Amino acid sequence: MVAGVASGIAHHLGVSVVRVRLMFVLLMGLSGLGVLLYAAFWAVLPQEPRTGGVPGKRDLSQLLPFILVGVGVLLTQGLLFGSVGVAATGGWLVALVAVGAGVIWHQSDPERRRQWSENLPQVPWLGAVVDESDRRAFLLRFIGGGVLVAVGAIGLVAVYAPSGSISEVINGVIFALVGLVGVAVVAGPALWRTFNQLRAEREGRIREQERAEVAAMVHDQVLHTLALIQRNAGDVKVVQRLARGQERSLRNWLYKPTASPTERFAAALEQAAAEVEDTYAINVETVVVGDRETDERVGALVAAAREALVNAARHAKVQTVSLYAEVEPDELSVFVRDRGAGFDPSTVEETRHGVRGSIIGRMTRHGGRAEIRSEPGAGTEVRLFLPIARESANTSKDR
Amino acid sequence: MTDEQTTTGGAEALRVFVVDDHAMFRAGVRAELAGRVDVIGEASTVAEAINRIGALEPDVVLLDVHMPDGGGRAVLEAIRRTHPQVRFLALSVSDAAEDVIGLIRAGARGYVTKTISSEELAAAIRRVADGDAVFSPRLAGFVLDAFASRSDTTVADPELDQLTNREREVLRLLARGYAYKEIAKELFISIKTVETHVSNVLRKLQMSNRYELSRWAADRRLV
Repeated sequence: MVAGVASGIAHHLGVSVVRVRLMFVLLMGLSGLGVLLYAAFWAVLPQEPRTGGVPGKRDLSQLLPFILVGVGVLLTQGLLFGSVGVAATGGWLVALVAVGAGVIWHQSDPERRRQWSENLPQVPWLGAVVDESDRRAFLLRFIGGGVLVAVGAIGLVAVYAPSGSISEVINGVIFALVGLVGVAVVAGPALWRTFNQLRAEREGRIREQERAEVAAMVHDQVLHTLALIQRNAGDVKVVQRLARGQERSLRNWLYKPTASPTERFAAALEQAAAEVEDTYAINVETVVVGDRETDERVGALVAAAREALVNAARHAKVQTVSLYAEVEPDELSVFVRDRGAGFDPSTVEETRHGVRGSIIGRMTRHGGRAEIRSEPGAGTEVRLFLPIARESANTSKDR
Repeated sequence: MTDEQTTTGGAEALRVFVVDDHAMFRAGVRAELAGRVDVIGEASTVAEAINRIGALEPDVVLLDVHMPDGGGRAVLEAIRRTHPQVRFLALSVSDAAEDVIGLIRAGARGYVTKTISSEELAAAIRRVADGDAVFSPRLAGFVLDAFASRSDTTVADPELDQLTNREREVLRLLARGYAYKEIAKELFISIKTVETHVSNVLRKLQMSNRYELSRWAADRRLV
């Protein structure tokens, strides 16, 4: 009816709800005993666990009608018996104590706290916020309930004190405080434990999510690669390529913010290097200083660099090629270097058509230039330069 | 390379200590360096490393960046207080130069990646033992990036917070994969001069309070 006490008792005793309610109403006539009992039961009986709903709102709606009923009963009693006697005042005050105790008791219901945190599993930070504000509200209510208890107890002492002397009242106050501290001492550790449990639960859940993410990555990629390596154990080239590809993917996952190769120069260059690594099973040691946005000309520079890497991979007969690129305010430069076979640059025109067309020609077409330095036996270095507009480089430099 | 060792590294082989939490890697380094330097000991944990390095006093410590209980940085800080003469070369699989900058700033004389070849590793150890610095191409690129002359950066101490043009050139060539000898040839200077330039850059890297450096370090909670 008000807080479900009657139905709760009825459920517990196995009698009809109407009977229990009737009993409460009857008892109400006896100096409001029914109200007091109702309050006592409400405060003491364990709350049934609920699923769903908005438990946070229920406190006030539970308390308000209860208090109204209490006041109403007292008024009726006053009218019926002509005067608000000592006994009635006593009942009032006991009711006050009961209300205060009830408030405190209901705050400590761990079931409710758990529901709160479970209602927000997707947003742990919000849960934390709720938890914080909730704690403050909890303290307020705890103190409020305590004050109610204290006032009620003091009132009781004052009313029933035989002589009504001040010292008796003070004694009453002291006892009330002692009682209050007692409640705090009893309830405090349990509440604190609940807070910590909830926090630990939330942290555990976050950790669990992270672990699941790592596990998925390891399963999808690493285990797969390891299986492929075992099946291709005889083929050194394949094994190297697999290991290198996996290494790069792990590195990207661990360290690098993802930038789109279609938008940023550094990302585009790194992607080109990765493709050459995968295709030719070599190691490209890539170092890029600075970054900027790409456009058609920058794209041409990346393509020329890729061609230089491919040439090194195919002809130099080495395992490692160095790729260095620098973004300066008015120029982009790319250097592709190997310590491999090398060739005689004077014969380039005849033997390496790709060099002239894809590297030198492409760079000149886009207003840049390419230099190739090579010596048979001492390796090759391809140097690419592309002048760029100063403004766009400056604006895009700070990521 | 071997005659360089006898002239600069003294008659005896360099005494090297390996700190890494992966036993396979330690064994690999031991095998690769056999005959080139004298690996006198190894450790797998920070505490073990601090104890044994203090007792053995090696010339050079090969230090893994990532280890439990504080990583290479914890070892570096503990040993440098008691044995400042021990030199450190950082080894890492990490490409994130931000990771390494903490070790360099804590006093390591160089950084190389674990994929380095045996000859290059031995050369790097000798260089560090001689008091010079060792930069991987990536670290060189990182330093160039961090010391880039941007218009919006205020320079508190020009001596520490800026690179000279020559130092910049040397770093560029390092980043392009040039060996010290090749850099010397390219710039028409001696190898010793190249080493001096790189050591100066290392000093700047360790001492400078440039905004980019402190920002990177702070992002990683390294300093």
